Amino acid sequence: MSEIQLNINLKTHTMKKSKILVATIFLSIIGLITIAADHIDAPATSGTSADITDFYAFQGEDTSNLVFVANIQGLLSPSATADATFDENVMVEFNIDTNNDYVEDYVIQAIPRNGVMYFFGPYAPNTTGIDSKIDEMAIKSEVSISSYGADAIIGNSNNMKFFAGPRDDPFFMDFARYGEILAGNAPGFNNPGSDTFAGSNVLSIVVEVPKSTIGGSGTVNTWVEAKAKQ
Amino acid sequence: MNFKNIKYFTVLTLSLFLMSCSNNDDETMITVIESEFAGVYKVKDQMGRPAVNTVFVSSSSKDSFNTTIPSQQGGSFQPMFEANLKALSPAYANAGDKNALGLDAATFTGLLATDVLNVSLDGTTTFYDGTNVLTGRALADDVITVELLLIFGGEDFTENPNLSNDNVDANDKEFLTSFPYLASAW
Repeated sequence: MSEIQLNINLKTHTMKKSKILVATIFLSIIGLITIAADHIDAPATSGTSADITDFYAFQGEDTSNLVFVANIQGLLSPSATADATFDENVMVEFNIDTNNDYVEDYVIQAIPRNGVMYFFGPYAPNTTGIDSKIDEMAIKSEVSISSYGADAIIGNSNNMKFFAGPRDDPFFMDFARYGEILAGNAPGFNNPGSDTFAGSNVLSIVVEVPKSTIGGSGTVNTWVEAKAKQ
Repeated sequence: MNFKNIKYFTVLTLSLFLMSCSNNDDETMITVIESEFAGVYKVKDQMGRPAVNTVFVSSSSKDSFNTTIPSQQGGSFQPMFEANLKALSPAYANAGDKNALGLDAATFTGLLATDVLNVSLDGTTTFYDGTNVLTGRALADDVITVELLLIFGGEDFTENPNLSNDNVDANDKEFLTSFPYLASAW
């Protein structure tokens, strides 16, 4: 199994230096530095307000709509969730490519100010790629950011729905065991497995838009970015 | 006059005022008033399909991958993805070895290296539901088991059964059928 220790040098390094640690401690470390769907996937973003943990895109309850979900700041314990906040210098951008050239034809941008999440779009951006601006003349919507423990506040405007606030992390995986397998300490998964993300929360941004505003039909390519103000 | 118009009117008025204060006729005075969301926002993290950066990008390249636009990811990173896939699942190194999608190491990593989530606007949206493949990602999709099956499960999902399913098949809270769909926080 040693040959499959790729790309997890952080964890294997920890393992080499701490062979005397009992497995439970190692597992708890793995749990904290875990990466999973995209949780804490890279050094420059790990644990920061610009760390995307997950991205979903699916047909809405109203099947003429599509739903986008971006989760950030993963592995929040219940006791830490009330204090978790969206960073006003981080804009979360949903990108939609309608003609399969992997360049965004539409964006939906979300950025918080004073307890409110503002949404711009969907609109065709003037510039694409690494650097973005926010076109304040684009369709603008907003929703108050929901508080921990309170009912979800749902924004309804411009034929779209909006939410921002803490939710249960929808991701599930026996990540701890996966780490053990990669480290050569386990031959395979347990059955049943144990959900490493059980009981943890994330900060979520959810937006539901008419399909007609992002291409209408066919297949689109989508991705989400966290972009920091320079 | 709505708020936005008031803002622009204010900017215009201020610009005229500042220009009238300038006695230097040789210079064109450009006044830039920062609006609330002005500025340049630079990418720090990005994601399309689940776990791609985590599993297929080598540690030293993770930040680089996160800041490479999707249209350039395939060309820049496919060789690394293929090498890492073969290291992770050695069967892929055998000539002709494929996964259940009929993709060999080169074509599978060619697909994954451009890290976008394909989404159908015409119907079922799922990472994989037994019938539909890569038409979106629903909350309840067991994406990790799907990826483990495609990495370790071989041509018919029967290889390496102990590596092909983490045996965590559902979330720890029920999802909602209505917006915002995600379960309330713990």
